[in-house]
Amino acid sequence: MIGAQPGGVHRRRHFLTTEDLGGRAITEILDTAESFISVGEREIKKVPLLRGKTIVNLFFESSTRTRTTFEIAGKRLSADIININTSVSATQKGESLLDTVRNLEAMHTDLFVVRHPMSGAADLIARSVPSHVHVVNAGDGRHAHPTQGLLDMFTIRRYKGDFRHLVVAIVGDVLHSRVARSQIHALTALGTKEVRVVGPRSLLPVAVESLGVTAYTDMAEGLRGADVIIMLRLQFERMSGALIPSAREYFDLYGLTQERLALAGKNAIVMHPGPMNRGLEIASDVADGPQAVILPQVTNGIAVRMAILARLAGASAGEGRTP
Amino acid sequence: MIDVETALGHMTDSARAFIERRPVLIGIHTGGVWIAERLHERLGFKEPLGTLDISFYRDDFSRVGIHPQVKTSHLPIPLDGRHIILVDDVLHTGRTIRAAMNELFDFARPASIALAVLIVRDGRELPIQPDIVGVSISLRPRQHIKLTGPDPLGIRIMERTE
Repeated sequence: MIGAQPGGVHRRRHFLTTEDLGGRAITEILDTAESFISVGEREIKKVPLLRGKTIVNLFFESSTRTRTTFEIAGKRLSADIININTSVSATQKGESLLDTVRNLEAMHTDLFVVRHPMSGAADLIARSVPSHVHVVNAGDGRHAHPTQGLLDMFTIRRYKGDFRHLVVAIVGDVLHSRVARSQIHALTALGTKEVRVVGPRSLLPVAVESLGVTAYTDMAEGLRGADVIIMLRLQFERMSGALIPSAREYFDLYGLTQERLALAGKNAIVMHPGPMNRGLEIASDVADGPQAVILPQVTNGIAVRMAILARLAGASAGEGRTP
Repeated sequence: MIDVETALGHMTDSARAFIERRPVLIGIHTGGVWIAERLHERLGFKEPLGTLDISFYRDDFSRVGIHPQVKTSHLPIPLDGRHIILVDDVLHTGRTIRAAMNELFDFARPASIALAVLIVRDGRELPIQPDIVGVSISLRPRQHIKLTGPDPLGIRIMERTE
């Protein structure tokens, strides 16, 4: 896994992680996203900011929500979007990742949105592209999913306001979750009062406390007084051994039910990055209940992704294209 | 020196010629909204005024990037077939007005658009002229004029040092 984040210009040209974003930078992105919300509410849901730009959605892992909301975000900014999914791509014929990217680049792509099962893949691409090309990480292995992290911050801010007064509980399979990692960095940068991770020890990363969170293995304790509950999906596809005894037992101990939700703050919101396993990490009546903001998360994802795409395209301001 | 109140008086007087078309006032953020609010009050319009933020329509986006504090465009009434008075503080190159018209047409097809500005200066880069004017001035290319406000409204002329 690539650890150190490249600094300076690299950071402005690409959007790879929330780790290097300070509270101010995040707030700026959320403010920009706020102004894009109105575009989705009008008759003609389009602004000409990225007219003439080509965006390639390069997905080596399946995704519906993320890919579709990136596609809508790009289209609302008037860019041309091409979707490439791994099942139909040349990588299956043995072409290397960077060769695939170079070919797409030769077609004058301006921006890549990359999802890949290997941690660090988006970073690798970002290091290889010429300076006028931008890369957005749409999820790399267990490492990061920064646009999801920010759309979650956007959703929390819209419902709950100032992070400095909030107790946020992230519940479930934290170990395999790139979303949780991106959320934790963003929540910390925004000065959240308390960030908790809740789950069985086997699904919490070793020394998770070093990220500035409090770990709870008892669900009731972890939820008590929380203002925001973020449920994570159990990622069986990333589990190499038996990390939970059984689905039934997991739900009994860590599933979010109405009774458990009642332990949290009175107006606590329930979030889930999707896709949900109903009856496994979350009860159906909670997922569809009045405290759930799971579908608004999806809607907000469009505005947040518009903000990130627009800011990157604007970041090449004043720099000529290399011939 | 320019007196804002006198200029607003001139605007109000020439805007009266448009009144029988029942126009809708739309101010361009930020200064244009302040002027539109003043005109709205002086003309005694009942319908709410609209506001427009043209940041997403600027032609220099690829050079200057996006401003994080974009205001929201707010057009509270249907504009299809309506006569519009577009209000801004300063008419200079005309590019802001072009962007504003592009944005308006993404909301509706108005019957007509008239342009009202507090200050018209030289330096036009597009074939755009105002219909309602507060005051006309001539400035050197490096000089920059800015409306300060909202309360009280004032004018500042700055020398650009680049």
